[in-house]
Amino acid sequence: MSGTYLGMPAFPEAAREAVRDGVLRANLRHATHTIRGKRALAVAELADWDRLRAAGRAVKDHTLRHLDRYLLQLEAAVTAAGGTVHWAADAEEANRIVTELVLATGERELVKVKSMATQEIGLNEALQAAGITAYETDLAELIVQLGHDRPSHILVPAIHRNRGEIRDIFRTEMGRWGRPAPEPLGDDPRELAEAARLHLREKFLRAEVAVSGANFMVAETGTMVVLESEGNGRMCLTLPETLISVVGVEKVVPTFRDLEIFLQTLPRSSTAERMNPYTTMWTGTTDGDGPSAFHLVLLDNGRTDTLADPVGRQALRCIRCSACLNVCPVYERAGGHAYGSVYPGPIGAILSPQLRGTADAIDASLPYASTLCGACYEVCPVAIDIPEVLLHLRERVAQGGPVTRDGIRVRIRPAHGHTAERAAMRAARLLLGHPGALRAGERLLARARRLRPRRLPGPGRAWTDSRELPAVPAESFRDWWAREREACR
Amino acid sequence: MSSRDRILARVRRAVGERGPEPEIPRDYLRVHGVRTPAESTDLLAAHLAEYRAKVHRTDEDGLPPLLTRLLAERGCETVLVPPALPPHWLAAAAGPVRIHDRAASTPSELDRVDSVVTGCALAVAETGTIVLDGGPDQGRRRITLIPDHHICVVRVPDQVVDSVPQALERLDPVRPLTWISGPSATSDIELDRVEGVHGPRTLEVVLLGAQ
Ligand code: SF4
Repeated sequence: MSGTYLGMPAFPEAAREAVRDGVLRANLRHATHTIRGKRALAVAELADWDRLRAAGRAVKDHTLRHLDRYLLQLEAAVTAAGGTVHWAADAEEANRIVTELVLATGERELVKVKSMATQEIGLNEALQAAGITAYETDLAELIVQLGHDRPSHILVPAIHRNRGEIRDIFRTEMGRWGRPAPEPLGDDPRELAEAARLHLREKFLRAEVAVSGANFMVAETGTMVVLESEGNGRMCLTLPETLISVVGVEKVVPTFRDLEIFLQTLPRSSTAERMNPYTTMWTGTTDGDGPSAFHLVLLDNGRTDTLADPVGRQALRCIRCSACLNVCPVYERAGGHAYGSVYPGPIGAILSPQLRGTADAIDASLPYASTLCGACYEVCPVAIDIPEVLLHLRERVAQGGPVTRDGIRVRIRPAHGHTAERAAMRAARLLLGHPGALRAGERLLARARRLRPRRLPGPGRAWTDSRELPAVPAESFRDWWAREREACR
Repeated sequence: MSSRDRILARVRRAVGERGPEPEIPRDYLRVHGVRTPAESTDLLAAHLAEYRAKVHRTDEDGLPPLLTRLLAERGCETVLVPPALPPHWLAAAAGPVRIHDRAASTPSELDRVDSVVTGCALAVAETGTIVLDGGPDQGRRRITLIPDHHICVVRVPDQVVDSVPQALERLDPVRPLTWISGPSATSDIELDRVEGVHGPRTLEVVLLGAQ
């Protein structure tokens, strides 16, 4: 699994790989450029965009500074409205809470709304280990799940797949999970969407349990908000008897009124629409309408550690619109898998190393996965200064300094004190600027790969307690990037 | 220590001393543009149509025959009705069997129903959105979700607001809220927009008011 996580075959066969890369790059280029153009138009429609952006930023910063107060207020409001609130310090605890809640219902399968928090904690795998099957219901997530693949974009997770590939996946895999794809099946998106509709409807209509994330949680009222397009979210959020939402603590906003900012900026920034087709808001449970049991799992998993860094904490403002991915020249060429995390692109480059620490070579290298062109900051609807955080993290990785891990203030040593990794870091820094250093970098990375421990020592340990340490990719982000650039010449 | 206490303690340690806070700037616009009620309704219609909802306009007298025609055009044999849908709306529709919104209906039963007719809580002109709040003329959330054809009646201009800020101020957060902007859609396959994956593939909005 960790091999596919990074999207790179362990033993690439040079010729086949080159073709695949060509397809990937074409898919990505088409996609990011299409969204980019549309988004600019949607944003230009609002004369007060800059003011909405400043207000969004201020609301998020204010909430983060008083996060304890707003989480307690949220807990009280959700509880008063008939929900139950659980607190999870890390991935393992969140997975355990959800698994126990599902087992208590007596069910062994559930439907899922696309959620990055549950991908971050590896929930599907944890459920699988407990004998519970989680079905992804977002079309792109379904494509990813059926394709034994990993998402490569926040908003359009199967952006790396074209229609022909999707048809092939549906044909061979749908039957193993439930209703098979209709025969014959063409590669027209309409036909493919219809196949997904039929396949998933079977699951929606009998589902007793659903798992979701949330885009926003309102402290004042206990209201949860999910934005989506297909209706799979509405299906999961209203039909099952039990609804479990796993949500990062940073998703809280103080008041219902605050939604007026984000409901204007999020859809325009992400899908370039004035409004996404469906938004569902619910507060606890409602008699006779929707789930009779609602559980909210508040997830920390590195967020409070991120909050402890005065420069890096702005990453917690992120509303996951994905605008920064679509403008990033590095993402466009490398694709989402290269980032080795559920959070790809510029936001991933600053969020993952903070959530997970920089003990792992991938995480330590992410702050270098940028040209610092600043396009990501320009489009960000909550004005996260991604280049500033990238530079800050580079300094931490290269020179060491104070960080918080699991709530404890520690000093990290340069590049985690690991000689090979440190050398790799130096190579990484050189690579983006000096392609000539490529060969040296490759050799150093190969060494770092061999030295990979199965579990992290020190502060990173808790993280590896709940999961296998992902393999250093067969090819790292910067090798990939450099090779791609070479190939383009 | 419970995880709750641990997380809260970590937050407090992370943010440290909290000095005075700058006010959150609320100088963004409440509404984008100045419009007469008729212009707001026109804008709503245009934006709904742009996301491929079918838009119709009629008055009280015209509504029953219009609904009859829209249901007949789809060969509708069964239609879901919320508890307090004004009875005369469907009085002329002799054909389709009325299915009442009941707690006991299973999702599979609802899946066999052809169409659903509802009112709404309000509509937002600037974004082309209708909002349902589970009111008695709208019924449970699932009845507007499972059938493939949803007809939603919006009283104009009373139920039309211009903007998202105006909408939120009129909604009750405690009610279950469903915001609908055009029919179900996906752009997940090569970013080609396809209408209808799981929600109703056809959304018809009837703007009801003096013509
Ligand atoms: S960092 Fe900003 S632009 Fe990127 S996904 Fe988050 S909110 Fe959107």
